[in-house]
Amino acid sequence: MATLEIHDLHVSVETETGSTEILRGVDLTVKQGETHAIMGPNGSGKSTLAYSLAGHPKYTVTGGTVTLDGEDVLEMSVDERARAGVFLAMQYPVEVPGVSVSNFLRTSATAIRGEAPKLRTWVKEVKEAMQRLEMDPAFAERNVNEGFSGGEKKRHEILQLELLKPRIAILDETDSGLDIDALRIVSEGVNRLREGGEVGTLLITHYTRILRYIKPDHVHVFAGGRIVESAGPELADKLEAEGYEQYTKGGAS
Amino acid sequence: MPAGASAGGAVAVAAESSVATRMSAPPSFDVADFPVPHGREEEWRFTPLDRLRGLHDGTAVPGGTIKVEVEAPDGVTVTPVGRDDPRVGRAGAPVDRVAAQAFSSFEKATVISVPKEAVLKEPVRVALHGEGGVTFGHTVFEIGAFAEVVLVLDHTGDTVRSANVEFLVGDGAKLTVVSVQDWDDTAVHCSQHSALVGRDASFKSVVVTFGGDVVRIHPRVAYAGPGGEAELYGVYFTDNGQHQEHRLLVDHNAPNCRSNVAYKGALQGADAHAVWIGDVVIRTSATGTDTYELNRNLVLTDGARVDSVPNLEIETGEIAGAGHASATGRFEDEQLFYLMARGIPADEARRLVVRGFFAELVQQIGVPDVEERLIAKLEAELEASIA
Repeated sequence: MATLEIHDLHVSVETETGSTEILRGVDLTVKQGETHAIMGPNGSGKSTLAYSLAGHPKYTVTGGTVTLDGEDVLEMSVDERARAGVFLAMQYPVEVPGVSVSNFLRTSATAIRGEAPKLRTWVKEVKEAMQRLEMDPAFAERNVNEGFSGGEKKRHEILQLELLKPRIAILDETDSGLDIDALRIVSEGVNRLREGGEVGTLLITHYTRILRYIKPDHVHVFAGGRIVESAGPELADKLEAEGYEQYTKGGAS
Repeated sequence: MPAGASAGGAVAVAAESSVATRMSAPPSFDVADFPVPHGREEEWRFTPLDRLRGLHDGTAVPGGTIKVEVEAPDGVTVTPVGRDDPRVGRAGAPVDRVAAQAFSSFEKATVISVPKEAVLKEPVRVALHGEGGVTFGHTVFEIGAFAEVVLVLDHTGDTVRSANVEFLVGDGAKLTVVSVQDWDDTAVHCSQHSALVGRDASFKSVVVTFGGDVVRIHPRVAYAGPGGEAELYGVYFTDNGQHQEHRLLVDHNAPNCRSNVAYKGALQGADAHAVWIGDVVIRTSATGTDTYELNRNLVLTDGARVDSVPNLEIETGEIAGAGHASATGRFEDEQLFYLMARGIPADEARRLVVRGFFAELVQQIGVPDVEERLIAKLEAELEASIA
């Protein structure tokens, strides 16, 4: 049973004016089969949490622990974390010129699964996953994220999620910039993975809109670099009605 | 990255002066017409003269050997000729002292002729293997009207060499030239490649530079009539201590001609130095010209230096298009992070990015064994950088 445990996580980023602390003691446990929505205003540090868990070199962990089934995630390199089952769907995935989507997918599936997938079943697997996400087959021959629209980038991220089948899926503002059709298609992709009951999902979002498609078990409000309130799905309704003001005004940080 | 941007190296901006005024002497076949360079001249300022082993100042004494093997399909003739042969020098006179030294010093030139309308199924291959010492040379490839030819020039071994190559591309002919500089790391190689592109002819040049201590190549194109097309591609991988310099000129001297230049290089290691000069001149007569040139550099490690100077001179406004771009980027950490976040180990991620960077140019070669060798070479270079 996969369990991601974040305990008192402190993270800083180096800027020109010195070191700035962004995460100030995050505590969160995500178990297999659970979906946690992390909601918060811009600048609250929720994306920093996502990137820190994936191991982005820009962020320095200054305190706390992160474990996956007891294994120290913070000791792992970026690729080791991915192979251990942590997946980050990025808000702004980068272009990789000259590397086709099909080559990229196969290379990463080989790395994650520990062996190259059998060619025939792999081609079928990718084709079907792309069909479910309503992606044109020609997409596989394009270069990774090169000239992709916002919606195409997100579908490509979810395509990877479906193919790589992580144990912990972190979705960083996957809903931002999507029209309602794309949001539905992308959400269905996430839900297909969740239905397997084997993934713990950390859904990071600014808006409640996506929660109509992906139902969370727990909702956390993130402000000032930590979780300031946690409750069930009803908390999302409250945020929908009242916004984040009460968390940003009263000096929650 | 935007044009002219730089990272991990320096990028020079095109000088105000014109191509002609930036040369310290007009083109000439006589070495005596060129002063010995001191290193501050525009055409020499990036080149380490002290590593040219005397090619630039007359102290390089011929006496070395270079093994030449020509593989030519039936119908192709190979003829040794003297300086007085009318084909020798027809595509253009030497533009600097080292090229003129070659012209003044070679014993016999070689003319390789492909008859008109011949469509060769196999490439013409010329393999030069340096066996040490100073050598000079001159080769003319004469491609008859409407002939279609692929030519592979392969350079390996050790030498100190200045040699000029001419391509006389007949009307309506199609020539693809792949020149591979895969020298030992001790070699010095200077070469002027001059192409004269006939009416409605196509000339494609692919310059691949891996080896050598100093390699300095001048790919140059002029048009013998309207409607010609030139594609100049280049791939270089500049390592630790190597100096690789490509100085291009496309002289749009006839109407309705096209040119497209794309050079890409990767650099790694201390004192790796790549220089790319891209001059395009569009003369008053060259109405309807369409030209674009691009240079991209990928700096893999600290300590490498790139000088990239695109320069476009336009003497007529009646053209179809003209543009250039130059960019030098550091190996992108964000790309590495993205690939690693998908489980791909760092060394493999790096390989993917570099392979991707060169992919579009490698696909342009069109000679499968050369493409395969290039990919293998790139892998080996990367392997060395990761180790």
